[in-house]
Amino acid sequence: MLRDFFSKKKRYASIPSQEAKQDVPEGLMQKCPNCQKIFYRKELNRNMNVCPHCDHHHRMTAYERLEHLFDEDSFVEWDKHMISNNPLDFPDYEEKLEKDRLKSDLNEAVVTGKAKLQGFDTAVAIMDARFRMGSMGSVVGEKIANAIENARKESIPFIIFTASGGARMQEGVLSLMQMGKTSVALQRLHAEGGLFISVMTHPTTGGVSASFASLGDYNFAEPGALIGFAGRRIIEQTIREKLPEDFQTSEFLLEHGQLDKVIHRHNLRSTLATVLDIHSPGGEE
Amino acid sequence: MMKHVLEFEKPVMELRDKIAELKRLTENSEMDLSDEIQKLEKRLEKLETDVYDRMQPWDRVQMARHPERPTTLDYIENLFTDFLELHGDRLYGDDEAIVSGIAKFNGTPVTVIGHQRGKDTKENIRRNFGMPHPEGYRKALRLMKQADKFKRPIITFIDTKGAYPGKAAEERGQSEAIARNLLEMGGFTVPIICIVIGEGGSGGALGLGIGDRIFMLENSTYSVISPEGAASILWKDAAYAQKAAESMKITSYDLKDLDIVDEVIPEIRGGAHRDIQAQSEEIKQVISQALEELEKLSESQLLEERFNKYKNIGEYTHLDL
Repeated sequence: MLRDFFSKKKRYASIPSQEAKQDVPEGLMQKCPNCQKIFYRKELNRNMNVCPHCDHHHRMTAYERLEHLFDEDSFVEWDKHMISNNPLDFPDYEEKLEKDRLKSDLNEAVVTGKAKLQGFDTAVAIMDARFRMGSMGSVVGEKIANAIENARKESIPFIIFTASGGARMQEGVLSLMQMGKTSVALQRLHAEGGLFISVMTHPTTGGVSASFASLGDYNFAEPGALIGFAGRRIIEQTIREKLPEDFQTSEFLLEHGQLDKVIHRHNLRSTLATVLDIHSPGGEE
Repeated sequence: MMKHVLEFEKPVMELRDKIAELKRLTENSEMDLSDEIQKLEKRLEKLETDVYDRMQPWDRVQMARHPERPTTLDYIENLFTDFLELHGDRLYGDDEAIVSGIAKFNGTPVTVIGHQRGKDTKENIRRNFGMPHPEGYRKALRLMKQADKFKRPIITFIDTKGAYPGKAAEERGQSEAIARNLLEMGGFTVPIICIVIGEGGSGGALGLGIGDRIFMLENSTYSVISPEGAASILWKDAAYAQKAAESMKITSYDLKDLDIVDEVIPEIRGGAHRDIQAQSEEIKQVISQALEELEKLSESQLLEERFNKYKNIGEYTHLDL
């Protein structure tokens, strides 16, 4: 065991390419892509996947987030077994879905359900970027719209954690229309006075950024998340200039008036609880 | 003779030129070529049917982008009376990539909004090639709210490669501007009719595209990403755009099959630009009928049906356990 540890370390140290440096396989140890420090994976998990050295927010899986943010054993999942078809007969799509199902242990790129946060009932949707980059196809759109409708019918707040590269190309315009589906569902929630909190995590771009992610009564984000409509490379090619380093980060959006607050992951639960408390009917419960 | 000839319609254009040439010859000399001309005209008729009735997705992409293709302002001129263009979002500026205003349709007051491409380079620069910034979407929203207040139906024309991918657009909240329109369009209690007249490019198109009826001109396209963009991501080479156009199902008939579009509006053979008046007449009938149907609905029925329309889009299944 000790030998494994040393040999692994040596192997990482000898890899020269920048890409490989970022890409440490999952295992006992983990390297922070930001500060390059190596530490125990367990240590990272205990710290809510926030780097103990530089505060870099590592990605979190949907179920990790549920575990860290919501009350123990309070989660009831909805639409767990809904899976994508290949409606356009798009080449290689089914294989890609199958691969991601095995890799992530998820059926799709979002997990939805009902959960309690510090005793408050909520309808929650958590996206997971391990599955097809968190992209939105028919299933993601349908599950999120269902969660919104459930929130409306049960008169409970809806909270989403976004992590998505945008609309899913392999379902073509059906994916695009999920932006409409989710937004129109949010309109109904909104019309009945329902509360919607959007928490944007890394990355939130394209069609997801340009639909429900931006439509919260409160729009929050985790530090350092990439958030934006168009891809950096496309913008650079279009305007023929180099973009600043912090372009499209949470902090950049906050500065430009696009967010209510950037919240450190360690403070997320307490901040959400404060908002839920302020919105709770008060007295009776 | 047409200025712009698309690759797939070259045989048609060549034959037309030849017929025109023979006609000129007949006029200017004693030779009588009318038999020959008649034969060729018959052949042209058949050739046109062959070429235009069998357009491939990529041909339609080219047609949707045709430089002479009628724009929003062309249709406004032909479909409405008393059009008064209104400018500005009251927040930042006036985005000329979107035109909007009030007008009458068959005597009924309406609000009209659409993406606006330029017809030449100079106009295209002014209109940013029909690719809006956030202020364009916010201008549209301002006028849709006004329409809602004064109970005027909203008619939108969709024709954009997409929302502009620029630095300033991001800084001013391109995502939020589009997202806000999607949500608000879900809630207006007046009929909303959306017509894709050229390119329906992704979120930038959808930002004017939530409605009770979605129509597409026969040779327009609607897609989540341009065929070139999809090809460069999926196959790392934009040259596969033709393949991407086929795989992604982006033609009007594809969208009808996917139950997204309510109706395909047939185009003049050879494309809408061949006869804008006749094309407008086709569109006019479709709008009239839709308005007539929608005005029968109560406000709550209208919203319920609009919600269901979007809720029903998508294909999925449940895992057998």
